[in-house]
Amino acid sequence: MAKDPGIESDIRARGQKVTERRGDRIFSGSARGAGSFILLILAAVSAFLLAEGFPAIVADPAEIGLFDGDNFWQWVGPLVFGTLWAAALALLIAFPLAIGVALFISHYAPRRIAEPLGYLVDLLAAVPSVVYGLWGGAVLAPALQPSYTWLAENLSFIPFFAGPASGTGRTILTAAIVLAVMVLPIITAVSREVFLQTPVLYEEASLALGSTKWEMIRTVVLPVGRGGIISAAMLGLGRALGETLAVAMVLSATGIVTVNLISSGNPSTIAANVALSFPEAYGLNVNALIASGLVLFAITLVVNSIARWIVNRRADFSGAN
Amino acid sequence: MTLTSPLAQRSSNAFASGKLQGYVPGVILLTSLALSWALFSAFRPADAEYEVNLIVVVLAAIAIFAVLLWGVSYRVEGRRRAVDRLASLLVSFAFLVALTPLISLVITVLTNGLVRFDADFFTLSMRNVVGEGGGAAHAMIGTLIMTLTAGAISVPIGLLTSIYIVEYGAGKRLTRWITFFVDVMTGIPSIVAGLFAYSLFEILLGPGTRVGVSGSAALTVLMIPIVVRSSEEMLRLVPNELREASFALGVPKWLTILKVVLPTSIAGITTGVMLAIARVIGETAPLLIAAGFSNDFNFNLFQDRMQSLPNFVYYSYVAQGSNPEAYLDRAWAGALTLILIVMVLNIGARLIARFFAPKTSR
Repeated sequence: MAKDPGIESDIRARGQKVTERRGDRIFSGSARGAGSFILLILAAVSAFLLAEGFPAIVADPAEIGLFDGDNFWQWVGPLVFGTLWAAALALLIAFPLAIGVALFISHYAPRRIAEPLGYLVDLLAAVPSVVYGLWGGAVLAPALQPSYTWLAENLSFIPFFAGPASGTGRTILTAAIVLAVMVLPIITAVSREVFLQTPVLYEEASLALGSTKWEMIRTVVLPVGRGGIISAAMLGLGRALGETLAVAMVLSATGIVTVNLISSGNPSTIAANVALSFPEAYGLNVNALIASGLVLFAITLVVNSIARWIVNRRADFSGAN
Repeated sequence: MTLTSPLAQRSSNAFASGKLQGYVPGVILLTSLALSWALFSAFRPADAEYEVNLIVVVLAAIAIFAVLLWGVSYRVEGRRRAVDRLASLLVSFAFLVALTPLISLVITVLTNGLVRFDADFFTLSMRNVVGEGGGAAHAMIGTLIMTLTAGAISVPIGLLTSIYIVEYGAGKRLTRWITFFVDVMTGIPSIVAGLFAYSLFEILLGPGTRVGVSGSAALTVLMIPIVVRSSEEMLRLVPNELREASFALGVPKWLTILKVVLPTSIAGITTGVMLAIARVIGETAPLLIAAGFSNDFNFNLFQDRMQSLPNFVYYSYVAQGSNPEAYLDRAWAGALTLILIVMVLNIGARLIARFFAPKTSR
């Protein structure tokens, strides 16, 4: 830990020199250098993205084939909508499930199997996104297609299920479900930790007053962990916003703005659009895609900052001592 | 409890009165399964094609079970216990629902992946392959080279940074900046990291450059924050008494860090590094942007495009050639290989953490 400043200033006051060994100087210098290098990398990320993205924003929109006659903001607007829409749907599906799973592991499952179950959920988080994409496109989409047909036939008066149902099942709802499967382990892992940190005395006090288990959870565990739960949800949202491949491989996107969940015309997301268009892009189109990446970066930055702010507001972090 | 129900057997045991007997929920569960099955069989459409969907039957049975259990419990045990039982049921149901995709994923990847999980897959490239045959050896080599390069850059930087944060920079402004920006970096979407690496090498080497080292740069950006985070946590776990004992013996600070702090936390740091590698080895989007795609072996980081295993899976899936079956089989085999690599890294990391952890207390 840092040198006690009191001793150092004492020595200085007595006119003695604080000697620093050469090894110390080299070591602390390289450590500080590495830390500063990280700041440099981040500055470089912003600078290079700005330098490459800026030309597309100021260029004549007619020169950029991707824009199809619109200007940059008209082009990126529907993509931003798609990104937020898919992520919000994913969170809507994953959040209640994740809280349930976290509660199951922390308070319901027998102690002996709770830890292996936690590992299992962590493994779910480790599966690469391309595998989820493959599974979503080849297994989940065909499996869900009949239910979309049913929804379109029976519930088409609700705007979300207006139909006509997609014949392949590659809809924004399928993509959102795949995203939900991907963010679920993240939300679960964080909220599980939070639930386990509930002071046992509070729980026992609640039970001693005659609460049932659920009443104990509702009145003690959930309120104590509220900040953690919210930040877990935000972290999951950040992941869902930036997820690329799972969406690109599952969704058949047409880039329109619609709340229809089950038709074959779907909004696209920024990340998926970059992945699909980038390999064939040339000239200013590349710059346009990079600029849209910058927009995505800004969105995730805002979401993550809010999450961090909520965590830090309640955190009293204890390190060694 | 004045009301007596046949389900709440009058018992001489005061603690059991007014409660459901242990076997009751099981009986209700079986009843609702039977009921659901009967309902779906009785009301199915006339055409012979129609088959009763098992998943729908089970879901309906669970719904019936929830209602029946709530009703019976409400009658016998009162509202509060009924709600409690319903909550337990919902929580367990949530867990089962969450587990379903994992099981489905493992089963499909195993059954489809084993078809082409053969020696050819691990020795051949895709050069001059249009239909069947071929392999992903070039992609595995590419993944290995790019991931190791990314690791070789980000592990020293990440480790030194965490040493600075924990050992040197406590309370300093630079530390606050680094911690804040490491947080920001953690949130960078992987595709943005790829766009960054692409922009960097486009400016350095000219437009349209796609080389292996660019992919490594993208992975580095993603890996550094993970390494910093996990090593920082591990260094903080080292008890201060160890450092103080070393200082008291007159050992300089840098030697204390090298000989006392790092050896104590090395198991945890290794675990963190392995998990970080497991995290970036499956990244597709950044490599798709920065390193491109190739059908051929490429051992040179600085020249030509480099294929990676995740990208191999992606391209086999989106660009199915004249023989889609062969491309899909290769995609699944690639997915299986990826999952195996990630599992081995994860399990290895946990084993290291368990067996090499320092014994801090007796």
